[in-house]
Amino acid sequence: MAQTTHPPGTGAHAAPGGEGTSRRDFLYLATGAVGAVGVAAAAWPFIDSMNPAADTLALASIDVDLAPVAEGQAITVTWRGKPVFVRHRTAKEIDEAKKVNLGELRDPAADDARVKKPEWLIVIGICTHLGCVPLGQKPTDPRGDYDGWFCPCHGSHYDTAGRIRKGPAPANLVVPQYAFTSDTAIRLG
Amino acid sequence: MAQAHAPQFKNPVVKWIDSRLPIFSMLDHEYNQYPMPRNVNYLWAFGAIAGIMLVIMIATGLVLAMQYAANTNIAFDSVERIMRDVNYGWLLRYVHANGASMFFIAVYIHMFRGLYYGSYKAPREILWILGVLIMLAMMATAFMGYVLPWGQMSFWGATVITNLFSAFPIVGDPIVTWLWGGFSVDNPTLNRFFALHFLLPFVLFALVILHTAALHVSGSNNPLGIDPKGPQDTVPFNPYVTIKDGFAVVVFLIFYAAFVFFAPNYLGHPDNYIPANPLVTPAHIVPEWYFLPFYAILRAIPDKLGGVLAMFGAIAVLAVLPWLDTSKVRSCKFRPIYRQFFWILAIDALVLGYAGAMPAEGVWLMIARIGTAYYFFHFLILLPLLGKLERPLPLPASICEPVLKGGGRVAAGAHAKPMEKA
Repeated sequence: MAQTTHPPGTGAHAAPGGEGTSRRDFLYLATGAVGAVGVAAAAWPFIDSMNPAADTLALASIDVDLAPVAEGQAITVTWRGKPVFVRHRTAKEIDEAKKVNLGELRDPAADDARVKKPEWLIVIGICTHLGCVPLGQKPTDPRGDYDGWFCPCHGSHYDTAGRIRKGPAPANLVVPQYAFTSDTAIRLG
Repeated sequence: MAQAHAPQFKNPVVKWIDSRLPIFSMLDHEYNQYPMPRNVNYLWAFGAIAGIMLVIMIATGLVLAMQYAANTNIAFDSVERIMRDVNYGWLLRYVHANGASMFFIAVYIHMFRGLYYGSYKAPREILWILGVLIMLAMMATAFMGYVLPWGQMSFWGATVITNLFSAFPIVGDPIVTWLWGGFSVDNPTLNRFFALHFLLPFVLFALVILHTAALHVSGSNNPLGIDPKGPQDTVPFNPYVTIKDGFAVVVFLIFYAAFVFFAPNYLGHPDNYIPANPLVTPAHIVPEWYFLPFYAILRAIPDKLGGVLAMFGAIAVLAVLPWLDTSKVRSCKFRPIYRQFFWILAIDALVLGYAGAMPAEGVWLMIARIGTAYYFFHFLILLPLLGKLERPLPLPASICEPVLKGGGRVAAGAHAKPMEKA
């Protein structure tokens, strides 16, 4: 007789003692949980399909031959759709980069930490301010007050180690992941 | 609305269909008999104008999509082909490109109308929130559409805007890679932007239907901001409002056509006629004019994440506006203090827009910061306080009373008369 006190609907199908109600609740929750997992699993291929595809990833690393780049010259290579600056630094440029007092840098980093071989500086050529491409790769380009790069958009100056020295950019030019595969060749990525 | 009764259709086919699917009854109820407050002014036409703009954008966009190719190698050339070789391609593209600006003009006026006359207040909160969602969908659609011609501004605009998401810690960079489908804005990005640019207008259309449905539950607001008291305060939608809206639409289309035919590139940026080049940045990246106030807010905050949050916050604050404004009086006509701050907000939006177009340096940065501070002060501090502090002017007893009695707040005895006249 106890179930007659239940409100209609919950008590109607319940087994005596009210156990049926909690069993049904459990079934609802379990069904809902499995359903949610199923929806999430089904959604994942849709979401992941928007991530970089295999052919895009295949281009994620490139080999660059440095042999033709003479001292004082610079080349720009495209890696992952971004410009990468490769500069064959002169002794004077290396010297300038090393002599800087780290205390006066906005984003302190020693020159040694930014290069694998002192004569080769390799950085992503995207200004850390708003994503412009700084000038300084061609001999005719302005190189800013610190002999590195100058961003014409908002006037950021980078030094010969690609470190921010003056202007609005918050950080140094990013050093990409790379390794020397021989004395005069690198693999980016 | 209670007075509206089921129409009797004479045409037997209409009658047959209507008894099975009451589409004609619905149209008659919502667009023929629908009671509009008799005092609405021309600012109420901008909803209809925005609706027309959406239809124009979908129609021109459909035929443009038949000629456009979403591939980084040929996207720019396919747009030039539309301009030079496709029959009327130049017209369709200019109508579509300028149409985006016209759509935003209509919607921004529509929104400021709502702000001035308190159209977001009870019982129209959901109506207003749907409007904010429509604006968000419009912004996403417009941004992705601007990327499609694959010019320099397309590319760099897409780069700057998608990079905004990198401001979020930890998840930021994976999100940006996911948005791009690569390691920079490239072919996969262009492809998905085209797909979404095609899809979103239909989402927009569905939101507009919900927006209109919500409107027709509460009925339209009016310049006095008081509810109609009966049939003497309203006129049937057709012919009164259809004719009035129709006239406003024609005037607006003349303004629109002036841009399309005489200054089709005035609102655009010349750099977008240079093909996209990932290795060369334009000297000065600016978004389209309708994003400028938000762009100014983004750049006003010296912190990258803070700027992104402030920009999204500037829109989010609109969504909760019905609860920020504590005043029960809708129309600015009866809120002497708020009315002045409304105009300050309007000027603030224009100033922010101007500052957004200028380089983020020196005095312009300062102006953008002051403008941003006022924007949030207005919504988050001023509106909740003013509702408590301000003493509103006395409201008229009904809509028809000041109209029929020469504008005075007349004695109580006059109320019955207009009833008989109506």
